Amino acid sequence: MSSATASRQLRQVGLDEVRAISRGAAVLGTGGGGDPHIGALMAAAAIRAHGPVALTPLAELPDDAVVLPVAMMGAPTVMVEKIPSADQVGRAVDVLTRHLGLRVTHVACIEAGGVNSLVPVAAAAELGLPLVDGDGMGRAFPELQQVLLTLTGVRATPMAVVDEKGNCAVLDAVDNRWAERLARSVTIDMGCSAMISNYAMDGSAARRGLVPGTLSLAASLGALLEPGTTGDDPAAAVAEHLGGRVVARAKVVDVERRTTTGFARGTAVLEGSEEHAGSTLTVDFQNENLVLRTPDRVLATAPDLICLLDTATGAAITTEALRFGHRVSAVVAPCDPRWRTPEGLALAGPSAFGYPDDAVLLEGVPA
Amino acid sequence: MRIGIDVGGTNTDAVLLGDDDAVLAAVKSPTTSDVSSGITASLAALQGVRAFDPAGVRAVMIGTTHFINALVEARRLAPTAALRLGLPATAALPPMVDWPQRLVTAVSGRAYLAHGGHEFDGRTISELDPDELRRHAADMAAHGVRSVAITSVFSPVNTEFELRAAEVLAEELPDVAISLSHQIGRIGLLERENATVVNAALRELASDIVGGLFSAVAGAGIDAPIYLSQNDGTLMDVEHARRYPVSTFASGPTNSMRGAAVLSGVTTCAVVDVGGTTSDVGVLNRGFPREATTEVSVAGIRTNFRMPDVLSIGIGGGSLVRGGSDGGPVAVGPDSVGYRLTERALVFGGDTLTATDIAVAAGRADIGDASLVAHLDRDLVRAALARIAADVADAVDRMRTSSQPLPVVAVGGGSVLLPDHLAGSGEVLRPENFAVANAIGAAIAQVGGEVDRVFTIEPGRRGDVLEAARAEAVERAVANGAVPSSVEVLEIDEVPLPYLPGGATRIRVKAVGDLSLAPGASSERRQPAAAGSRA
Repeated sequence: MSSATASRQLRQVGLDEVRAISRGAAVLGTGGGGDPHIGALMAAAAIRAHGPVALTPLAELPDDAVVLPVAMMGAPTVMVEKIPSADQVGRAVDVLTRHLGLRVTHVACIEAGGVNSLVPVAAAAELGLPLVDGDGMGRAFPELQQVLLTLTGVRATPMAVVDEKGNCAVLDAVDNRWAERLARSVTIDMGCSAMISNYAMDGSAARRGLVPGTLSLAASLGALLEPGTTGDDPAAAVAEHLGGRVVARAKVVDVERRTTTGFARGTAVLEGSEEHAGSTLTVDFQNENLVLRTPDRVLATAPDLICLLDTATGAAITTEALRFGHRVSAVVAPCDPRWRTPEGLALAGPSAFGYPDDAVLLEGVPA
Repeated sequence: MRIGIDVGGTNTDAVLLGDDDAVLAAVKSPTTSDVSSGITASLAALQGVRAFDPAGVRAVMIGTTHFINALVEARRLAPTAALRLGLPATAALPPMVDWPQRLVTAVSGRAYLAHGGHEFDGRTISELDPDELRRHAADMAAHGVRSVAITSVFSPVNTEFELRAAEVLAEELPDVAISLSHQIGRIGLLERENATVVNAALRELASDIVGGLFSAVAGAGIDAPIYLSQNDGTLMDVEHARRYPVSTFASGPTNSMRGAAVLSGVTTCAVVDVGGTTSDVGVLNRGFPREATTEVSVAGIRTNFRMPDVLSIGIGGGSLVRGGSDGGPVAVGPDSVGYRLTERALVFGGDTLTATDIAVAAGRADIGDASLVAHLDRDLVRAALARIAADVADAVDRMRTSSQPLPVVAVGGGSVLLPDHLAGSGEVLRPENFAVANAIGAAIAQVGGEVDRVFTIEPGRRGDVLEAARAEAVERAVANGAVPSSVEVLEIDEVPLPYLPGGATRIRVKAVGDLSLAPGASSERRQPAAAGSRA
């Protein structure tokens, strides 16, 4: 992402950076990804105990680096009640390291949007390892195979799934979709919140398959949204920073939620103002916001980022918190160019979520 | 007859209501540092305004900000232990990890982790270990702990471990007060635990205050049950209040809103309280305030007990009015002269143009010297009033939950700033006697029951699950003292949990009914309300 390189390159994550990343990661979560708050508390606790985390720019990763991503899998609603055990985050990495018989040199982030932006910070602090400044998506997606690494040929497995009780599973799957299916079953049995480590890779594979600079990007977005310091139009500032634009200003007038297995599916109905005055817009979501449309046409779809921000504060609004009366600015920002390929769209475009629409992506973005 | 008393930070208001809810007498007196003498004085003042037979009083309802003020000021807090059941889960973030250090010190907070806890679907995380609990109890005793908050993982789904741990602790520490999290908050471990620890820290104060209320009311010759107002506008009996003082935290704004609604005769409305610096907008649904859906920070502690949803905007009687020259835009607020209105506003001979000056110039209010604002440009006055009306209409609009028009009840000294009709909302009602609305709000005699749990909805079984949840909420309202025939379901909220398979859905049902007031019922004879007012 061109804008990511424009963010100030962070070299270290301390307590202030955790707060900023938390706010920025909520924007990159595009309505889903889980509230970063609990991740921020865990990262802060680990940093207080072990000191700040060194951040390694993707470009500086040596070819022979051993990089292990770490994340939480399951329901964020469960994680805020059944908080992880003291060593659970680090143990996911340990289990996979032992299984592979390698010495891990770097921890990485698989999902920069939502709570998983900060789980790796807690792991890196606990393990005393540097963290790679980048992630596998540049946003949030619901399923494990929905990472650029799938496109660049990195296998999700062998992967470790560990719970807080001490159980651990090491999975080996025929492909990344099977890894999602098996890991999801194990996670449910473990109580719907588990820590995982997967997509083990060397430094050159990480450089090919991760989105560079996304933790720095989250931190700089968070700095833009620091309460009390935002300007008149924080959503416009976010759009500019992400290389995207504010495509609509609107008020939420209805939110239909549908109960389906494992997904907060639904549609938010927005009453447009300004250039969309008098027109109705809708946002279809499945945890994340996926399709933004007017009655006549589709304005934007995944894998581009569709962020609904509070117009006054710029704070990201999750799909669970959407409700009548919210004044929102819909910001659309370009996804990583690799998502825009036919393979990328098949993995994370509208059809991957069961929508009949063709992908509509922001124009004027370098491919 | 009933008596409603609202003990605010500054004033104590009291009303005597007839059985038809007519206001028979109303008095306002300064709040005293000890609650009981203030109540005694209020009761005597009511007798002075209108003599009544104490034996004819069927209930006394009291709203107080005493407990939330004690927390904010960090005074009279008991040495408290937070006992969490869930090991090995949750150890990454021990109790009180996110508290301001000042308050951890004020409650001499001690954190204990023990085995226990449940999964979201009711399976156990680990078995309770009574020996471990006894060891913790011994350490608590050695450190002078006088109140304990017990929080078990997913106790809103299964209360068993909290109840069993309470039994073990009660045997070991018979004089220590015990607060259980499933009675206080909802899902969200740290926030529920925080609320429970705060509750525990206030238990000794609650006991003293409830004792004081008893003696003050009995001293006035009244032998009737005493109730306290809760955050949601329903009542709890004094036994419940002794155990759950946090339930009173938001009773001030709640009683004010409810009283305003009663006085204006509408029960579903937006209430706009226009003060000197801000306008606070809340919404009542059938007489009860809509609750905030987000976490609420109290004295810097993040909690998730239910508080009314209030939106504040920076418009009040003291707001500065700027701009408007050469037809430019007019700005009102958010800065305000605040309490210095009587020095700085033009109508008081000051040099600052405030919203109050605009109201006087427009002939909407008779405050200060109107001749001092006679020179104001008519267009400026019109533009400023239009700005205020638009901003307040916008705030009311944000607080609505549907596109239906919502009547607006305006209260507070600055309500003269509002027009008679707000765009997108409707008529603006201005009740008389607002001065005692808080006490009237306290005296509304309703009790509630609530269910808030994660249910697994099998395909095709949604209707049955919702029906069971409704029935349970109604049952709880009756257990809390509601007349069964009067109980209505006020709200049903259904939110599927994301990333969680199997139709797991959080369902919340709230039922409310009229308090059963048997003539001559005495609080001593009345059974305490069942502890389980929440699921």
